[in-house]
Amino acid sequence: MARRTSATRWLATTIAAWVVGFVIFFPILWMVITSFKTELEAFSTPPSLLFFHWTTENYAAVQERSDYLKHVVNSIVIAGGSTVIAMLIAIPAAWSMAFAPSARTRDVLLWILSTKMMPSVGVLVPIYLIYRDTALLDTRVGLVLILCLGNLPIVVWMLFTYFKEIPKDILEAARMDGATIGRELVYVLTPMAVPGIASTLLLNVILAWNEAFWTLNLSTLEAAPLTVFIASYSSPEGLFWAKLSAASTLAIVPILILGWFSQRQLVRGLTFGAVK
Amino acid sequence: MGSITLEGVCKAFGSHIVIPSADLEIDDGSFVVFVGPSGCGKTTLLRMIAGLEDVSGGRILIDGANVVDVPPAKRGLSMVFQSYALYPHMSVRGNIAFGLKMAGLPRAEIERKVAAAAATLNLTPYLDRKPRELSGGQRQRVSIGRAIVREPKAFLFDEPLSNLDAALRVQMRQEVTRLQRQLATTAIYVTHDQVEAMTMADRIVVLNAGSIEQYGSPLELYERPANLFVAGFIGSPRMNLIGEEVAERYGAATIGVRPEHVRVDRDGEGWPGTVRAAEHLGSDTFFYVDAPGIGSVTARYIGELGIRAGDNVRLQLDAAHIHRFDQEGKALR
Repeated sequence: MARRTSATRWLATTIAAWVVGFVIFFPILWMVITSFKTELEAFSTPPSLLFFHWTTENYAAVQERSDYLKHVVNSIVIAGGSTVIAMLIAIPAAWSMAFAPSARTRDVLLWILSTKMMPSVGVLVPIYLIYRDTALLDTRVGLVLILCLGNLPIVVWMLFTYFKEIPKDILEAARMDGATIGRELVYVLTPMAVPGIASTLLLNVILAWNEAFWTLNLSTLEAAPLTVFIASYSSPEGLFWAKLSAASTLAIVPILILGWFSQRQLVRGLTFGAVK
Repeated sequence: MGSITLEGVCKAFGSHIVIPSADLEIDDGSFVVFVGPSGCGKTTLLRMIAGLEDVSGGRILIDGANVVDVPPAKRGLSMVFQSYALYPHMSVRGNIAFGLKMAGLPRAEIERKVAAAAATLNLTPYLDRKPRELSGGQRQRVSIGRAIVREPKAFLFDEPLSNLDAALRVQMRQEVTRLQRQLATTAIYVTHDQVEAMTMADRIVVLNAGSIEQYGSPLELYERPANLFVAGFIGSPRMNLIGEEVAERYGAATIGVRPEHVRVDRDGEGWPGTVRAAEHLGSDTFFYVDAPGIGSVTARYIGELGIRAGDNVRLQLDAAHIHRFDQEGKALR
């Protein structure tokens, strides 16, 4: 009897999990399907899920209208650059706050996080004016800078929580074993912190890749990443659902591949500490 | 060589004084145990000797040299942590070799020393495993191996056995003692377990509220406690402490009698009382007796007396083994 109950429960849980998973995934699936429809079919009601005339014309059109590769390169430079710089600043910062906290560390951490509580649009005008006057508008440097600063609080916080998980005893053992600060960093702390650093890095790349507010407002052509490329299909000549979907699909492919290959790291990083 | 001397060592966290002033002399090669209730400052004292905690005042001498401003790595001590504190990403071999590697020893010598340490601790088959693949006892062995391989002036143990189960603890207790005798290296061992203190130590330091209450051999502490705190802390079950009129009769503010020095009889002379509880262990019997004249008394009888809870008994205190204490709790001798 007990076996039967658990089998039923297992089946129910499995079905429920699949349903939830499908609901969450549905918008992406819908986008991919729409990208293979003609513009007419993309608008039709009721929408057809699978039985329509499959076409790749949207991809051809998108490719023809805009320089996909240029946007990809911009996205890589902006996401990668902002992440690398953020990590270079955040690792030492989180390190010192986790291992050599002062009386004000708690306050500093909260202050860092508080900058994320303000809506970005609140500082759009000043930032825009600063960028205009310093000729940073529509430059990769400008976007790298703003995304790096925008994500820095989260990166510092994530790293801080990972570093906090490393038992102090182990560092003290290394000190007793005669390791200098430098060697303690190289031989003990860094190898132990690698999973945390890796998952922070990945998450930051994904956040920067998808960031749309600043990239849309501060770039037009030269430095425009994929987010701008997608948005360009919603105006001004009208809404092109199918082409928009094709552009979006193209935009998420690189990050999807990255996410797929690093999913173990990501899951491990995000649940770090929760499961011992 | 590894003699350690503390001279007026004190420690304060802000305005909170943890250790007012500690003086201590530890001879080379001796096994000294710091024991006391939790929060008494025993671990803080050990960490100050290790150099992991700054001293607020006083001097710490290792072989006559003041090491107060010397970083932990240069003090020539090694430490075994309660949490084992193994490097999780290194193999057992890597863990044991780490200190030697930091000291810049040639590879062949490191290999030889690691192999010797592993053999001493029966770790040879596990050298290539990671700490997570070991049991608790094996992990603690690795952490001891890491300490001995460096041939330090002294070992510092911070409650190293408290994460192990009871049977393993007894076994490791003997192993640590044997190892220390064999290496003849000074050892300071922190524990809150008085059985560990009594069985392992050459000399015990009893700490209370940051102060050293008494420093002596285990039996010295048991037979001649310097004050009420040591009298109550060393020995299990606790010494019976009796005050007021009965104590006055002996010219003291308080008297103490160990449970084995209280005689229990069905009748005859002595204080009348009722057995509240009796623990029959076969080899011993412990009686918890309510005696109106002297209060609640614990008595130990070797063997079985056939007295049960609720029985009326007579108690006699062995006059030759009565400890007397003055108003301040100091022993009167």
